[in-house]
Amino acid sequence: MKILVAVKRVIDYNAKVRVKADNSDVDLNNTKMAINPFCEIAVEEAIRLKEAGSADEVIVVSVGPKACQEQIRTALALGADRGIQIETDDIPESLNVAKLLAQVVKNEEPGLVLLGKQAIDSDNNQTGQMLSALLGMPQATFASELTLKDGKVQVAREIDGGSQTLSLSLPAVITADLRLNEPRYASLPNIMKAKRKPLTVTTPETLGVELKTHSTLIKVTPPVERSAGILVNSVDELVEKLKNQANVI
Amino acid sequence: MEREVMTFDVLIVGAGPAGLASACRLKQLDPELNICVVEKGSEVGAHILSGAVIDPKALTELFPDWKERGAPLTLATERDEVVLLKDNRSSIKIPHWMAPKSMHNQGNYIASLANLTRWLGEQAEALGVEIFPSFSAADVLYDENMQVKGILTGDMGVGRDNMPKDNFMPGIELHAPFTLFAEGCRGHLGKELIRQFKLDQGKDPQHYGIGLKELWDIDPAKHQPGLVIHGSGWPLQGDTSGGFFLYHAENNQVAVGLIIDLNYSNPWLSPFDEFQQLKHHPLIAQYLEGGNRVSYGARAITKGGYNSLPKMNFPGGMLIGCDAGTLDFSRIKGAHTAMKSGMIAAEAVHHALKNNETDASTFEARYTQSWLYRELYKARNFGPALHKLGRWLGGAFNTLDQGLFNGKLPFTLHDLQEDHASLHRSSESKPITYPKPDGKLSFDKLSSVFLSNTNHEEDQPCHLQLSKEEIPLTVNIPLYDEPAQRYCPAGVYEVIDDDAGKKLQINAQNCLHCKTCDIKDPCQNIQWMPPEGGGGPNYPNM
Ligand SMILES: Cc1cc2nc3c(=O)[nH]c(=O)nc-3n(C[C@H](O)[C@H](O)[C@H](O)COP(=O)(O)OP(=O)(O)OC[C@H]3O[C@@H](n4cnc5c(N)ncnc54)[C@H](O)[C@@H]3O)c2cc1C
Ligand code: SF4
Repeated sequence: MKILVAVKRVIDYNAKVRVKADNSDVDLNNTKMAINPFCEIAVEEAIRLKEAGSADEVIVVSVGPKACQEQIRTALALGADRGIQIETDDIPESLNVAKLLAQVVKNEEPGLVLLGKQAIDSDNNQTGQMLSALLGMPQATFASELTLKDGKVQVAREIDGGSQTLSLSLPAVITADLRLNEPRYASLPNIMKAKRKPLTVTTPETLGVELKTHSTLIKVTPPVERSAGILVNSVDELVEKLKNQANVI
Repeated sequence: MEREVMTFDVLIVGAGPAGLASACRLKQLDPELNICVVEKGSEVGAHILSGAVIDPKALTELFPDWKERGAPLTLATERDEVVLLKDNRSSIKIPHWMAPKSMHNQGNYIASLANLTRWLGEQAEALGVEIFPSFSAADVLYDENMQVKGILTGDMGVGRDNMPKDNFMPGIELHAPFTLFAEGCRGHLGKELIRQFKLDQGKDPQHYGIGLKELWDIDPAKHQPGLVIHGSGWPLQGDTSGGFFLYHAENNQVAVGLIIDLNYSNPWLSPFDEFQQLKHHPLIAQYLEGGNRVSYGARAITKGGYNSLPKMNFPGGMLIGCDAGTLDFSRIKGAHTAMKSGMIAAEAVHHALKNNETDASTFEARYTQSWLYRELYKARNFGPALHKLGRWLGGAFNTLDQGLFNGKLPFTLHDLQEDHASLHRSSESKPITYPKPDGKLSFDKLSSVFLSNTNHEEDQPCHLQLSKEEIPLTVNIPLYDEPAQRYCPAGVYEVIDDDAGKKLQINAQNCLHCKTCDIKDPCQNIQWMPPEGGGGPNYPNM
């Protein structure tokens, strides 16, 4: 069985998000980028399934400009077998990504498609769901445990206040939550080997997908800064300030 | 433990200007060489912090077509100002002819050294160099003849209790006939090698400074791209020497910073707070007011120069760049000299490899014939003059020495006291009270550290190791009121005083890898060790 994993290039979770001076977007100039943490968990799960003998090939796909090949290489260094980059100028919105991935799934015919539950940059939490709808495949989102058994996949999902266990027929689309696993480190020899693993580049045109814009980014603003508190010396002063300055009592 | 071994032709520790320049040069000399660079930062450039006004001399020798290749040096310096801050309000502009010649900056570029380093990394990879970010060199490996045979990369996935976690990945041995150590100022392996091979025999002790820097987005109306301001004076008091810089870079940004010599004597001094205060001086505030601080960081610099430069080659390897101490302190420039030292080292190593030699011993001769040697020799009196003669007389001496005599005065001043030995007792020193930050021009330490994007995996052994656990309690707190709580620019060291008495708490997660604690601790009790690879600051555009 093949497993297909989608990975997204996002701002590193350690990097501080900065908004451009003209509020047009987030400033990513020379900012550290990384593989979306939830996608990394999906990659790790796929590799574990392969190591356990449940899969024989792990393919990673990323949509975006050339730079996202770095994230594909990271996944290859963790143990994926080959990569596919779908070249676009910017990373398009979720529906476009889902359509592109759907086409790759049709071409590759994997038994399982794994994605992160959401990307930490735009927090959309849509691509996996859209993909499953486009493909007419069963879906399980927010997976915290995953077992393959008798041609089915059993998934424990995190839901409000507890966990739900589903059994899906294959092929299926599953999105990974934080607790699914803890990804390994890529070893130095594996990073070297990853440089020689196959990585093919394709385009939306080749895949026959027309990218459409359904929404426009109007502006991005940083959170308002909390103004500094003041220290009062007595209860009387506090009451006075609440009354006359804050006008709350 | 049996460890995996990988072998290369040349190993390089540290993807800074020195390491990457040597990697590129080696590939230019012999494209067949297998070259491996390990870098502790999460990506190339993540740990690089500099001014920076960059002299393109070495870059031009390495890639004569750097402009066509798109090197991020695009803003030439336009105008130089040298000023002396008399007090918190007034300043004197030093006329151009009176400022030491070394402070003139025609032909240089205002740039981000971190970004130049990122670009050098791309050039190196295009030449076929293998660069591995997030891998630190933890230990030097020697063969039975005590020749360096490579390095051990740090273990990953070790818990605070020193036990392997589920994702444990043991470090591996990297071997090569030559290992170039390019860790920058106060490399922890460089320090060991200097001791091991007595490389500093007959040299003056090394001297250091701590540099703090911020990047600001400023009001476009106040922005003068290409303007370079250097100065000294206020707020530094007494025998504390240092200097500040303010560079108008591209995109309405300015870089502002303060470098304080680490031979200061007052344990109450806080370099961080001096820097915060500095920004309130009208000369600087006029540009920053109404602007936005976007980044903060700190890094030590190696400033001993010619007199303190250790022997750089030893069996199986070399020290290059600021790991050895090639910075020209009279110009506070170390990027071009670090690169040049790496390039000369590459030539010497290439020669040694071709002739099956184990020591790149032709380095010395190549170096003494280079402009690098002449530049460092000329500047040899600059630092000691400031230290010995003080800011005023020393400054005058330097104007004379560098300007009129072009560094050719027939004598050499030496500064023989180590920086960690200069602290006076706290009881004998004048306490310094710093004004509270106003949240507009000046800020507290924690909100500053936040802007450095520093991070370390929480569950790992503390990478700041005390040789003797009890020293903070028996010596540092009683005699010096634990100076680490003030000199550390990241608030890593905190003295907690509760019912159980005083104790030193180490918040290693905040560390900026500046190395000041390793240098300045009066007992030399703090050893900076590399944390898990990928940890530390993530500086954009610094
Ligand atoms: C505030 C400030 C202002 C400055 N201004 C200027 C200026 O205007 N112009 C100028 O020319 N110079 C300036 N300098 C000096 C200049 O930054 C240095 O001289 C230069 O960076 C030295 O280059 P390097 O390659 O030797 O070391 P570094 O730039 O320090 O690079 C060392 C690299 O090695 C990595 N490393 C270290 N140890 C290990 C290890 N054990 N394993 C793996 N990786 C490791 C580090 O993460 C880093 O990436 C300034 C410095 C400071 C601090
Ligand atoms: S702990 Fe040491 S190296 Fe880290 S920031 Fe503080 S002084 Fe610098």
